[in-house]
Amino acid sequence: MAAAPESADLSKGGGFIGWIDQRFPLTKLWKEQVAEYYAPKNFNFWYYFGSLAMLILVNQLVTGIFLTMHYKPSSAEAFSSVEYIMRDVDWGWLIRYLHSTGASAFFIVVYLHMFRALLYGSHRKPRELLWIFGCLIFVLLMAEAFMGYVLPWGNMSYWGAQVIVSLFGSVPYIGGALVDWIRGDYNIGDATLNRFFALHVAALPLALIFLVIAHLMALHEVGSNNPDGIEIKKYKDAQGHPLDGIPFHPYYTVKDLFGVAGFLLLFCGVVFFAPTFGGLFLESPNFEPANPLQTPPHIAPVWYFTPYYAMLRAVPSFAGTQVWGVMVMGAAIVVLFFVPWLDRSPVRSIRYRGPIYKVMLTIFALSFISLGICGLKPPAGIYPTLAKVSTILYFAFFLLMPWYTKFDSVKPVPERVTGHA
Amino acid sequence: MLKSCVLLGFALLSAGTAMAEEGGIALLQSGTDIRNTGSLQRGARNFMNYCSGCHSLKYLRYNRMAADLKIPETELSANLMLTSDKPFDTINSAMPKDSETWFGKQPPDLSLMARARGVDYIYSFLKGFYVDKTHPWGVNNLYLPGAAMPHVLAERQGLQKPVFKNEPDERGSARMVLEGVESMTPGALKPEEYDQFVRDIANFLDYAGEPVKGKRQSMGVFVTLFLLVFFVFAYLLKKEYWKEVH
Repeated sequence: MAAAPESADLSKGGGFIGWIDQRFPLTKLWKEQVAEYYAPKNFNFWYYFGSLAMLILVNQLVTGIFLTMHYKPSSAEAFSSVEYIMRDVDWGWLIRYLHSTGASAFFIVVYLHMFRALLYGSHRKPRELLWIFGCLIFVLLMAEAFMGYVLPWGNMSYWGAQVIVSLFGSVPYIGGALVDWIRGDYNIGDATLNRFFALHVAALPLALIFLVIAHLMALHEVGSNNPDGIEIKKYKDAQGHPLDGIPFHPYYTVKDLFGVAGFLLLFCGVVFFAPTFGGLFLESPNFEPANPLQTPPHIAPVWYFTPYYAMLRAVPSFAGTQVWGVMVMGAAIVVLFFVPWLDRSPVRSIRYRGPIYKVMLTIFALSFISLGICGLKPPAGIYPTLAKVSTILYFAFFLLMPWYTKFDSVKPVPERVTGHA
Repeated sequence: MLKSCVLLGFALLSAGTAMAEEGGIALLQSGTDIRNTGSLQRGARNFMNYCSGCHSLKYLRYNRMAADLKIPETELSANLMLTSDKPFDTINSAMPKDSETWFGKQPPDLSLMARARGVDYIYSFLKGFYVDKTHPWGVNNLYLPGAAMPHVLAERQGLQKPVFKNEPDERGSARMVLEGVESMTPGALKPEEYDQFVRDIANFLDYAGEPVKGKRQSMGVFVTLFLLVFFVFAYLLKKEYWKEVH
């Protein structure tokens, strides 16, 4: 055993962990971020989705790495290489279904996670940056999912890419050049597939991981919100720990483990018994190879994009350009970033808000689901009208928020959290 | 709140299934069963005898098929391998590259037809041929109007004739609309036998679309059972730790 160098801090303990702790803040990090991170004790069902999103991120990264080992990012071979994974690679089918189902599960979980913030005011001061990092993660996730969907090079991949990329063509003056620049060719082709592959497996996952770390750092800096929307740091015990807080480990690690078990039951149900989920998670036309000469009878993006796709279609062209629909679609996402400042209510949680916010939030949730259904359906019958009305309601929730949250009645907020689930 | 979430989930699900119902003449229910190995074996035989001359299964290997369908190697090479002599080869058709000039269209590969269009579509299509003298092969198809394919199974099924119904168009003038088909001349098989014949083909193509499907579902049962046990223990663990939280 070599003697400890003079500069080593022996107060950090001995043994292997001590050796590491003298050189890297391992125990310090573990304590600060997990074992002594005090979270409110009253988290309910809605608080499972953050840890589940992390689980799915890991699932996507790990299965993605193994898919990359067998996938060929070329327009001539991509489709066949996916079938090769499904048939000839040991457990390839399972890896692929975990990845494809994971994509849809990611959006389900993230949408519920975001809705939780709207329920309990988790975006309010001092958590604005936490919310903004979350919104950035959502935007990147959409880009990641879109490019991933193109990779199998099925007919829906191809035509979906055609439609989405052509949206950029509606930008005045530079639209045409912009589209050529994105595609890297005058058509969706090999060059497009290659760059989408690069972005999907390297650039975007890297950016996502950094943002998730920033999201967690911001969370642990300000502390978690809770269903009562009150700060637990106000009342502390003799050691300086919040009276209504409990260490994340072991309390929330075991609780989240229970959440993981419940989630996996549903998730594996889809993976093993309904991996296409009735054509919603894997669309039927995508089992035919990309064919520039044959348009699928009805082009619809995957379900998680359909609310925004419905908005795009709901806005009529005006002054000879479709750019307005694209702008509305973009605005629907940009407006999310401003929610912390649009909300003027003196309280955070829906539990202590008045009836107006409850009604508005319900209308918002319904309009989002209605838009999702409209985007899946061909634009005929009642759907175009329904999409227009739902688009207006979606924006009404955000744009009228400064007024209705201010005038809405509130109930008295308790000093301490109310029980735990 | 949880209840309303579940309700919304069901609403979305039913919206998804309702989508599949739209458009054209309703497909027939095939009633296939991927776990029925006998049906799959017959389907493989029917496919090799009647389909593989023109249609390939380029993603399915002979030996994989033999292993999954419990077909002995000797049986495989003697009766099923019509286009190749290597068991690890994929199932190719006997069509030359210029076959497009024969039918006006290259006969499509059928590896993924069941996944792209569904088993019911294949079953319906094979039952949907009717006599139409205006078409090159003398037949048309109820489920794929203008189909380029001749009625290869005419000798088995016999011939069917179209049934029209009178349906006035928007302006109220009379118009004949194709409604269905009915038997015209009998074939070598009785109608129920023919139904089973094409059901076996549809079932086999369902297998060919995803050879692992049967294994996936039976594995899923064990995965679910394991997760149920895990779920219970995770719950008990959580309860144990949370006893002291008030």
